Amino acid sequence: MDMQKFRDNAWNGLWKQNPGLVQLLGLCPILAISTSMVNAVSLGLATILVMAVANLAVASLRNFIPYEIRIPVFILIIAALVTMVDLAFNAYFHSLYLVLGIFIPLIVTNCIVLARVEAYAAKNDPLSSTLDGVMMGIGLVWVLAVLGGLRELLGSGTLFAGIDMIIPSLSAVQVFGDDYPGFLIAILPPGAFFVFGLMIAAFNWLNQRSAARQRAQPQAVAQDKPGEEQPAVA
Amino acid sequence: MNARYTAARTSLRTAAIMLVFSLLFTAAMAFTYTLTRPAIEASELAEKMRLINEVLPAGSYDNDLLGDVLHLGPTPELGLSRGGAVYRARRNGEAVALLIEAEAADGYAGRIQLVLAVDTDGRVSGVRVTAHKETPGLGDYIDPQKDRNKERPWIGQFAGITHDQVDPAVWKVKRDGGVFDARAGATISARAVTNATGRALRWAVAHRDALFAAETGSTLPPQE
Repeated sequence: MDMQKFRDNAWNGLWKQNPGLVQLLGLCPILAISTSMVNAVSLGLATILVMAVANLAVASLRNFIPYEIRIPVFILIIAALVTMVDLAFNAYFHSLYLVLGIFIPLIVTNCIVLARVEAYAAKNDPLSSTLDGVMMGIGLVWVLAVLGGLRELLGSGTLFAGIDMIIPSLSAVQVFGDDYPGFLIAILPPGAFFVFGLMIAAFNWLNQRSAARQRAQPQAVAQDKPGEEQPAVA
Repeated sequence: MNARYTAARTSLRTAAIMLVFSLLFTAAMAFTYTLTRPAIEASELAEKMRLINEVLPAGSYDNDLLGDVLHLGPTPELGLSRGGAVYRARRNGEAVALLIEAEAADGYAGRIQLVLAVDTDGRVSGVRVTAHKETPGLGDYIDPQKDRNKERPWIGQFAGITHDQVDPAVWKVKRDGGVFDARAGATISARAVTNATGRALRWAVAHRDALFAAETGSTLPPQE
């Protein structure tokens, strides 16, 4: 795998085809668990693991899967892998499981896993498929971290609440002081949509601003063309 | 005719491949399950004991607590619609405390499961939430692990209260005219736990002698 492909995978996952902000897949878990930064990042990390393993498994088996039953087989593979990850976490990382446990089965319902398997792993070699899973996962994690952090900050005035369940020596940061009354709606489900909507708006604004700058410099656009001709997935 | 034959052949072949994949991944799951089973059971037991140690000091009893069990049928006083269990702690054969499973049906998001220990004087030794679906970051402070106040978790206020110390009429959250605190903006979860704890304490005190006298492993109330 060459450097260019690696960079495309990374760029697509982290920004251009970001699973949270652009593909808008996996909204159900994103909105449900982003009430605090620690919860959000924890689910994101578990999702990275599942996406990498699912992409690897499907890319390795892709030549044996008949086209007409690919979706049921993909779902079977993903569900089996999530079950195995769930069991392994419960058995060998029990303290982490107590925090993440309720989220791991949610990953099965996350459309982004099936979407990457169908759009990427079914057509590419195992190595770059694994990389795609990891990069898409990291793309999801940073969106989750920002969303969870903003909601927690607005809603309860803290950051990193619950970190002591993962790293016992650390504790939450009280950003706004003890008398912060709390902005309840940020923690409730509607708040997830408000904050997430603002994030997408900011993301689009950044993209449009950089596109406008490129139009102002025509020669730069010509240089960037080959990169943009990469297959836009999703 | 020929086309139908091909269609049948294709579906049989596809179904066979689907079956092979199902068998393959079911086998992988079954293998993981048997591999992780002992470790999971051990950590579940450790987790249960950790919770029990929080409500009942480990040195206060010397019997096999989880072995000295009574099964409960549906018990409305404890909110148990499908039954539960009571464990009896003893020291040198003397009754020490009852460990009671209880449920609050009126949480913000469904049922809240509790375990509480009541000693023979009718004193609450401790209460813990074992399962709940309250809003993360809002109502989940009923679980001390999620409570932001680590020094004085909300649920700690029940520990040490004797049944005759607080009148049942004021065994409520302050918002309802009672004596127990609740966090502003999330009273429902606290109200559910507070009321369920009061009900369970009164039940434990009323049935204390019968519970300690019952035969180990028996079901209460006796099934007809």
